[in-house]
Amino acid sequence: MKVFMEGSHAVAEAVKRIKPGVVCAYPITPQTHIVERLSEMVADGELAAEFINVESEHSAASVVLGSTATGVRSFTATSSQGLILMSEVLFNIAGMRLPVVLTCVNRALSAPINIWNDHQDSMAIRDAGWMQFYAENNQDVQDLHYVAYKIAENKDVMLPCMVCMDGYILSHGYENLDLVEQDVVDKFLPKYDALYKLDTENPLTMGLLGAPDVYMETRYAIHKTMEEVLALLPGIEKEFESIMGRKVPLIVEKYKTEDADKVLVGMGSVAGTIKDTVDELRANGERVGLLRIIAYRPFPKDVIYEALKDIEKIGVVDKAISLGSSGPLHLEISALLQEKKSAKSINGFVVGLGGRDIKKETVKEMFSLLDEETKAVRFIDLKKWYKEESPIMVLEEE
Amino acid sequence: MKEITVYARAGQGAITTAVIVGGSYFKEDKFAYAFPHFGAARMGAPMNAFIRVDENPIRMRSKIYNPDYALVIDATLMKSQDVFSDTKDGGIVIINSGKEYELDKDNIKIFTIPANQIALEVIGRPLGNTAVLGAFAAISKEITIESLESAILERFKGEIGEKNAVCAHKGYQYALDLKANEN
Repeated sequence: MKVFMEGSHAVAEAVKRIKPGVVCAYPITPQTHIVERLSEMVADGELAAEFINVESEHSAASVVLGSTATGVRSFTATSSQGLILMSEVLFNIAGMRLPVVLTCVNRALSAPINIWNDHQDSMAIRDAGWMQFYAENNQDVQDLHYVAYKIAENKDVMLPCMVCMDGYILSHGYENLDLVEQDVVDKFLPKYDALYKLDTENPLTMGLLGAPDVYMETRYAIHKTMEEVLALLPGIEKEFESIMGRKVPLIVEKYKTEDADKVLVGMGSVAGTIKDTVDELRANGERVGLLRIIAYRPFPKDVIYEALKDIEKIGVVDKAISLGSSGPLHLEISALLQEKKSAKSINGFVVGLGGRDIKKETVKEMFSLLDEETKAVRFIDLKKWYKEESPIMVLEEE
Repeated sequence: MKEITVYARAGQGAITTAVIVGGSYFKEDKFAYAFPHFGAARMGAPMNAFIRVDENPIRMRSKIYNPDYALVIDATLMKSQDVFSDTKDGGIVIINSGKEYELDKDNIKIFTIPANQIALEVIGRPLGNTAVLGAFAAISKEITIESLESAILERFKGEIGEKNAVCAHKGYQYALDLKANEN
């Protein structure tokens, strides 16, 4: 069914069709519209779920940990500070191999307080053992939720999954969408059948002590599973297409990279702005392209290497920064090329922090900087401050 | 691709206005992307909402800086925002106001619509958004009054929807008369 719908409501509609037994979240902007709509659906009897109100995100994550542990499909959503407050529980959910799905509506972290978009929140918990997929548009957002449950609940996987969507840009953006009918979703996503669950008839325990003789193996197991997920994704892409009648790329998307001299690598909605800019630059004869990373965890090293190995000039676009180092995506792409003994030098660009608008000009500047000396970190669209104005906001003019 | 900016204050329905415009295009089988830009998140603070429209899916995610159409819901904003120099050459500015505006830029057209007056008469509250949209349909011919009416009725249910549809029609007629007098 074609609709013109807000991204947040598209998530709620997807979750309704996924039929979780428990929805638990604590409101935080810009995520709020998702659970607001879900609470209406539950109140109106459209969604037969238990909607549990809690006092914090730490509790929200704890509730979905518990409900999933009893074998019930569960959903939560959050942003920014909310995700960080959940982080203790998020590591536990992964360690207990519980297939929770969480929508992260990406937003900057405090301080200073900032409600606008970047990727610092989900990047900060990239090591928690959750799968992470980044959406470019709201069709992706909807489709990735069906996929997230499909992969997470696979008995060979049993890991939580996070769907990352850019705050405001997607969450508050209305777009043309194709909403999938319930019977089609039912065909793609069978009922959740837990591998293990808390059951008074057959008692077991989860998340107990893992002493030095077993702990390391549990981490190795998660890591191994993550690697195996990469091998499962092409099959899920195929199944999705045959049931839903449209494609959903899950690993990477190559946009005009085949004959490109210069390629930018990025994630999320900025890919759209880069694509439009690529078309404009190509009309002027420049051979430029985009590699959009969709699966960030697990990280599809081999596919990325294949896509980049013949590209002369590469720039990685991060909406986050590992302060004192460089952008997280930049670090990983540099590391994988190093591992493959590729001598390429990779430029790192930090853009769009705290909602700083990313324009076509921003993208053009990055492409043009690929002709200059390689640098691991360049902040783009930065204003200049001087020492005399504020001693802790120092930026000398270059 | 066409770009439209809505100038309003937080609480004046900028997002709703943008969503109705986007919804009208959607009904005409176009692709639209309607999105807000929040400022200080306080009632009365200036805020913009934007619409991009095309025959193909919209990929561009930046704010709109030079719109083809500027819809000014609150004319007092023009003291702080330079609507006229933002608007693209050849663009159109539609202002919710009873008074005339001088323009020092040649290639922009201004239309003023007493939209709040229309809304006061029809709804009983000075919410001129839908009358401005009616004028937008008449002046730009980008969307038909029928798809606008249908998008309004989808957004507002019942009596308030009917009244807003009346506002849109009145704004539409007012703008048609303006154009007729112009020729």
